Amino acid sequence: MSDIFKIALLFSMIRLATPLLLAALGGLWSERSGVINIGLEGLLLSGAFTAAVVTHFVHSPWIGLAAAIAAGMLVALVHAFVCITCKADQVVSGTAINILFLGLPALLSGAFFDSTGATPQIPKGELLPIAPIVLAFALVPLTWYVLYRTPFGLRLRAVGENPEAADTAGIRVEAVRYAGVILSGALAAIGGAYLSTGQSSLFTRNMSAGRGFIALAALIFGKWRPVQTMLACLLFGLAEAISIQMQGVAKIPVEFIQMIPYVLTIVVLAGFIGLSRPPRALGVPYEKKR
Amino acid sequence: MKLLRQLVYPLAAVLAAFLVGGLVILWVGDSPLETYALLLGSAVSWPDGIGYTLFYATPLIFTGLAVAVAFRCGLLNIGAEGQLIAGAFATAWAGITFASLPAWLLIPLCCLAAIAAGAAWGTVPGVLRARFGAHEVITTIMMNFIAAALASYLTQYHYKKEGDAILQTTPIGESAHIARLGRFVPGMPERIPVSVAFLLALLACVLVWVFLRQTRWGYEIRATGANPAAAEYGGIHTGRQIVLAMAVSGGLAGMVGIGEVLGYRYRYYDGFSAGYGFTGIAVALLGRNHPFGALLAALLFGAFLRGALFVDIFTEHVSKDLVLVLQAVIILFVAAEALFRGGRLSRLGRLAKGKV
Repeated sequence: MSDIFKIALLFSMIRLATPLLLAALGGLWSERSGVINIGLEGLLLSGAFTAAVVTHFVHSPWIGLAAAIAAGMLVALVHAFVCITCKADQVVSGTAINILFLGLPALLSGAFFDSTGATPQIPKGELLPIAPIVLAFALVPLTWYVLYRTPFGLRLRAVGENPEAADTAGIRVEAVRYAGVILSGALAAIGGAYLSTGQSSLFTRNMSAGRGFIALAALIFGKWRPVQTMLACLLFGLAEAISIQMQGVAKIPVEFIQMIPYVLTIVVLAGFIGLSRPPRALGVPYEKKR
Repeated sequence: MKLLRQLVYPLAAVLAAFLVGGLVILWVGDSPLETYALLLGSAVSWPDGIGYTLFYATPLIFTGLAVAVAFRCGLLNIGAEGQLIAGAFATAWAGITFASLPAWLLIPLCCLAAIAAGAAWGTVPGVLRARFGAHEVITTIMMNFIAAALASYLTQYHYKKEGDAILQTTPIGESAHIARLGRFVPGMPERIPVSVAFLLALLACVLVWVFLRQTRWGYEIRATGANPAAAEYGGIHTGRQIVLAMAVSGGLAGMVGIGEVLGYRYRYYDGFSAGYGFTGIAVALLGRNHPFGALLAALLFGAFLRGALFVDIFTEHVSKDLVLVLQAVIILFVAAEALFRGGRLSRLGRLAKGKV
C-alpha cells in the first residue's frame, strides 16, 4: 500500500466519521439524560434536507446550517414532548420520527422542485468548508468537559442515572431531559447539514442511509462516553472508507465490510468485549411521586 | 361498549393524522379533500382498487402480527424488516434449489423455509436479550442491516443470473408458484398480484389470536409482558418466553416472503420491501396489539399504499410519500396516548431493563 493511498484513506476516514460523530454526540446528550434517541436517523435527514433547501434559496451555507440546527431542534422538541411530557414509549416515538423524515423531505421536494428524489444542485462555492469536521472533533473535549466538569453535566448525568434522587436534590428532571434531547437534535442536524451541503451538494432521498443507526451503534460501542464514542466513530468511518476504496477491486465483498459496525455492536451488547452499561434510567419515563 | 372504547382512540389517531397531513397538503398547494378522496377512492374501486389493497395489506398483516406478538411479551421488535428479508430470501432459495419437486411438496417446503429463516433471525435477538440482557431494539436494528447486506451479497455473488443488470435472483421453479385470487374470484383479473397468501394471512390472524388467548405458551408470553417479575415469581421461565415470542414474531415476519416471492415476483428481488417491517410497527400500535385490530390496521395501510400511487400521478404537487407522513403521525399519536389513558404503553418502559 502506497503512502498516498494511506493518507487518502485517513482523510476519507475523518470525513466519513464526521456526520457519525455529530449524530453520536447528539445521541449522547439525549441518552445520558435518560431519553433513548433512536430518531437520530430522522434528525440527520431533517438537518440535511433543511440545509440543502435553505442554502439553495439564500445562497449561504451558513444560513443553511443555522436553519438546519433550528429544524433539528424543532424535531427533537417533538420527540421530547412525546417522550417526556406524554411519557410515551421512546423507541416508538423515535421510530415515528425516522419514518416521518423518510417521507416529508421527499413530499416537500417533490412539491417545490418537481423531484421527490433530490433537491437542486448547490454550486461548489456555496458549500460548507471543512468547518463541520473541525467542529465535530472540537466538540469531543467540549462534551467531555461539560458532561463531567460543569453543573449542567452533573445534573444531566444525575437525571439519566437516578431521576428520583435528582428530583429530591431539587433538579427539574423534565427540564434537564428536554435540554438533553433538544441539544441532540441540534448536533445531529449539523451532521445532516454536513452530509448535504458539505460532503455532497444536494439532498437526496434517504441520504443518511443508516448513518443515524451507525451513530447509535458507535454510542453504545463507546459506552456512552465522548472520547470512546469518537474512537468508535473513527473505526466505523474507517470501515466505510475501506469499503468505498475497495469497491470493485476487493477480494472480500463490500457487504461484509459494511456489516462490521452492526456485528460489532451486537457483540458488544452481548457483553463479549467488556461490559457496556447504559445510563440506568434510560428509556424510563420519570413520574413524580406525590 | 368495550369494543367501542377500543376503537375510539385509534380512529382519533387516524383523524389527527389526516388533519396534520391536510396541513402539509395545503402547504404544498393542493386540496386536502381532493387528495384524500383520491387516496381512499382509488383503494376501494372494484376490482383493481380492492385487489391491490389486499395485495399491499398481505405483508402488513404478517409484520403487524409479528410486532404485536413481541409487544405482548413486552418486547419491541424493530427487526421485522430484517426477518422478512431473511424469510423472503430463504423462500426464493428453496424455490430455486428444489425447483424440480412437485408443487404439493415444494410449496410447503418454501413456506417452511420462509418461517424458519424469519424465526431464526428473530431468535438471535431473543437469545441475546434473554441470555445476555442485550436490548432487543438495538440488536434487531443491527440484524436488519446484516440481513439486507447478506441477502444482497448472496444475490449478487451466488444466485443472480449471469449479466442481469437488476439485483435479483434467478426465477424459482414454476411448481412453486401459488395461485392468485383472480383464479377463484369472479370479476377479478389474474394480473392483480393478490394471492392465496392473503388467505394465509387471515388464517395467521386467527392462529395468533388462538395462540395468545387459548394456549399455555400464549398465556405465559402475555404474563411475561404484563409483569415479568410476577411472572417469574409465578414459576414462568421469562427468558424462555422472550426467546419464544421473538421466534414466533420472526416467523410471522418471515411469512411475508410467501406472498412476495411465491405469489408475486417469483424470485428474490433486492429491496423488494417498501418498509413493511416498519409499517408493521404502526399496524400493531394502531391495532392495539390485537390480531384482529392488526388486520383492520393493515387493511387501512394497504389502502394507503394503493391510493398513494394515484395521489402521486393525479395531484399537482403531492407525492406518494404522503403515506409515510400519515403513518408517522399516526404512530406519534398512538404512542402519545399514554398521556390520555394513564400510561398503557409506558408499561413497556418498565420492562426495558435490558441494555440499550
